[in-house]
Amino acid sequence: MHIPDGFIDGKTAAVTGALSAAGVALALRRIKRELPARRVPLLGLAAAFLFAAQMVNFPVAGGTSGHLVGGVLVAALLGPSAAVVVVTAVLIVQCFLFADGGIMALGANIFNMGIVDGVGGYMIYRLVSAALPGTRGRVTAVAFAGWCATVLAAISCAGQLAWAGTVPWSAAFPAMAGVHMLIGIGEGLISALVYVAIERTRPELIPENNLPAQPRRRGELVGYGLLATLGIAVFVTPFACSWPDGLEAVAAKLGFGHKIMEPPLPAPAANYRVLGIHSAVGATALAGVIGSLTVCMLAWLLGRFLVREQRNKLPPA
Amino acid sequence: MDNIFGHHHSHSDSPVHRLPAVVKLGVALMVIIVTVLLPIEEKSWFIAVGILLALAALLSRVPILFLLKRILVLSPFILGVALINAFQPSTRGTWLGVAVKSALCLFTVILVSNTTPFSSILRVLKTIRVPGLLITTIALMHRYIFVLADEAERMSRARASRTFARGRRFQWRTLATVVGQLFVRASERAERIYDAMCARGWK
Repeated sequence: MHIPDGFIDGKTAAVTGALSAAGVALALRRIKRELPARRVPLLGLAAAFLFAAQMVNFPVAGGTSGHLVGGVLVAALLGPSAAVVVVTAVLIVQCFLFADGGIMALGANIFNMGIVDGVGGYMIYRLVSAALPGTRGRVTAVAFAGWCATVLAAISCAGQLAWAGTVPWSAAFPAMAGVHMLIGIGEGLISALVYVAIERTRPELIPENNLPAQPRRRGELVGYGLLATLGIAVFVTPFACSWPDGLEAVAAKLGFGHKIMEPPLPAPAANYRVLGIHSAVGATALAGVIGSLTVCMLAWLLGRFLVREQRNKLPPA
Repeated sequence: MDNIFGHHHSHSDSPVHRLPAVVKLGVALMVIIVTVLLPIEEKSWFIAVGILLALAALLSRVPILFLLKRILVLSPFILGVALINAFQPSTRGTWLGVAVKSALCLFTVILVSNTTPFSSILRVLKTIRVPGLLITTIALMHRYIFVLADEAERMSRARASRTFARGRRFQWRTLATVVGQLFVRASERAERIYDAMCARGWK
């Protein structure tokens, strides 16, 4: 998802650059205030860890392989501000040392992979883990947030490419979101497996294990979590599609374009629009909701499966 | 390390290597910004940049084949977007411009990163007031990338030599354990580094 130079124009680079600079400055300030000096080297080591972890290849079907992206995993282990700084460091090194991702596109890359993936993923992680308490809930949360954040970052990347006029939205959105819905499953799975592995060997490295247990109001939080998920699915997806060319493409694909064209009387533009928006939004939003709920279920099953197995392996205390 | 990162040429010697890092980074940044912002119709600029880069590449004595290989390795994203655009008749024209621009920018960055040691780039970042905490993080990361990458490779090799292929599920779990262990080792190392930094009078 590293955007190279030349793919985004001046205005997109300037806006994403300003947003990322603000985000990184905020993260640095919070770290300075909250992180004990003892943990400062951990930021650099976590960045090196992320870089090295991205080189461990997980075999996928047919000779291909995938790897961890890790924004959500780092956010779950170190907190959101640290995740922004760590991912920023990784992106800067990748840009200047390995020419992976452009210099002018650095702002856009930090925005997608540090802020949308890291912070957005962390918010989803907190919501889900607040709704489902315990280790099992946190594993579910890491898996689900890993998927969500990957898809959201891809949508954000597609939006930037479309805004810059490099790729029309109608092509960028389905291609990026579709591919990353699959990649996200791998990301969520790997993140959860790594999280469980750390939890099993060094539970004191998981921040939640160092905090005193707090009573949580489950019902309310479940509601918030579901609302947020549905909100993302319903509002983000169709907002994307209400852009004219995206709309036209979806309408044409679904056959509405032809239907409107058939009547001999010239159909008023407003009519077409309203009809188009309704059907296109409905279809995309429905797909988004079904996709999110399915992955949430899968993540929950994964959490159940992984953590029950672990409990059996532990000697009776 | 060579097998992971390819050979890096930033510590060789040539007229281009001897140029101050500020100059190289400044020129590179200017070239990239102008290249991105100019409309593709301004052919003379793109040809001029191409000639400048070719001259710099020749002067730097970095093997041309190596530079071309680096560009190929980094182009999947360009190819992916090209593929999307191939099905969009409306943007097929702009696509060629984007490909030329990004290839020129990519070549610029590859050339700079292979003629400038990373520590000099960090020093430039420090002079343009990038926050100290971020610089510390990047410097530590750059120092330990190679250590941790080696460690990951060693652990993967140890895993491969001890377990036979027992299906994909098992493989994913052991690989995830390797990554988890890598994080554990990284955070233990961070503690030791902190102690060492304090012992040498840090802060």
